[in-house]
Amino acid sequence: MTGLWRFMAQHQEEIRSATLEHVELVLIAMAAAILIGVPLGMLIVRRAKLRALALGIAGIFQTIPSLALFGFLIPIPFIGGIGKRTAIVALTLYALLPILRNTYVGLTEIDPAVLESAEAMGMTQAQILFRVRFPLGRAVILAGVRTATIITIGVATIAAAIGAGGLGTFIFRGVALVNDSLLLAGAIPAALLAIVADFLLGRLERRLRVT
Amino acid sequence: MTIAEQNLIEFRGVSWRPNSGADAAIIDDVSLEVPRGETLVLLGRSGSGKTSLLKLINGMHWPSKGQVMVEGRATREWDAIRLRRGIGYVIQEAGLFPHFTVAENVGLVPGLENWTKEKIATRVKEMLQLVGLQPEEFAQRRPRELSGGQRQRVGVARALAADPPILLMDEPFGALDPVTRAELQREFQSLARRLEKTIVFVTHDLREALLLASHIILLEKGRIVASAGPEEFLRLQHPEVLAFAASLDVRGGAA
Repeated sequence: MTGLWRFMAQHQEEIRSATLEHVELVLIAMAAAILIGVPLGMLIVRRAKLRALALGIAGIFQTIPSLALFGFLIPIPFIGGIGKRTAIVALTLYALLPILRNTYVGLTEIDPAVLESAEAMGMTQAQILFRVRFPLGRAVILAGVRTATIITIGVATIAAAIGAGGLGTFIFRGVALVNDSLLLAGAIPAALLAIVADFLLGRLERRLRVT
Repeated sequence: MTIAEQNLIEFRGVSWRPNSGADAAIIDDVSLEVPRGETLVLLGRSGSGKTSLLKLINGMHWPSKGQVMVEGRATREWDAIRLRRGIGYVIQEAGLFPHFTVAENVGLVPGLENWTKEKIATRVKEMLQLVGLQPEEFAQRRPRELSGGQRQRVGVARALAADPPILLMDEPFGALDPVTRAELQREFQSLARRLEKTIVFVTHDLREALLLASHIILLEKGRIVASAGPEEFLRLQHPEVLAFAASLDVRGGAA
């Protein structure tokens, strides 16, 4: 253990910048996934065909092993190549399903009596979406964001394999050199990030919940 | 006055099948007239089509055959949003918006109709007083902080807020305990008389029908099998009327 602490103290600067890099990857990918996933989730509330298609495609991305997904993207022009951009695209695709699915579920699993009243009172579909479905579903949507964030923090360690940097750099080096200190110097901060994100988003989620 | 003006609501040979005609008819060739100011009670067992009939009035359903006229115009010719904003709607569990306060719930339709804030606030107060809730005490509460009876009162206040000429009520007191139900029925009876609204009220409770109705229509399998004022209703000899009358006797009878 003392070896680990000494190692981490010695490489403080590197760990710090790798953590920041990691956070950057996650934040950009999450922002993109939310910007795509939430509006798409709103769009599929009343469109059954599009819904099956969107949830199906997002589901397929989730089933591709993450390392393979990074690999598949490399040869694709514009979004591919070695480095951050490819990693962010892959992380976004990965985060999409939980956000999309929770947005859809959050917006649709609403007390039918409430939706019936809203319609009968002469609210338009847009008014029902933004003034009834969204405020009542936002805690569920946020739960999807929370799940996606935790997945993304973990999967982002693999992004180091395609040269995107982040905490995965230590992990891959640690595995290659059979060096536990190196491995843990990447794994511990990544785990801590996940725990903190889970805690903060969990608190926000409880606050948004309407009982 | 023409007939169309006298009858605020009129069904002309209306049938309704869900899924644009693929399924069996839920409403089967119904014709009826609701004169202005009447409280029409639609009575029937579960599945008799009374709720579907109600939803044909405010364009939640559209007739598969025939026409539903509201204020002399077929519902199909109405803009659905306009039609619904002119018709109050109260359902069993009230369907209040849980994320809105009582005041926001009651003020919703006036807000949709772009009333000014002051006008809405005044109206909300009036409406809460009308249904027997002190505005100071209740306006800022959430629906979850209300009892079932209070929620239903708010539901009525919300339906009346924009002063619609028509009020549709789908078993509004059905989920309440018997004491609260009797209380609300009595208050609603005097309220309905004062407000001079045209009301269509759905229930499976004959006692409630006799208490509130100026006219009762009995539905069975989507068809009208009896139609009479509350005084004559129990004298009708149709088997379904007798079945309902028997339900009164079992409970120690008002008949």
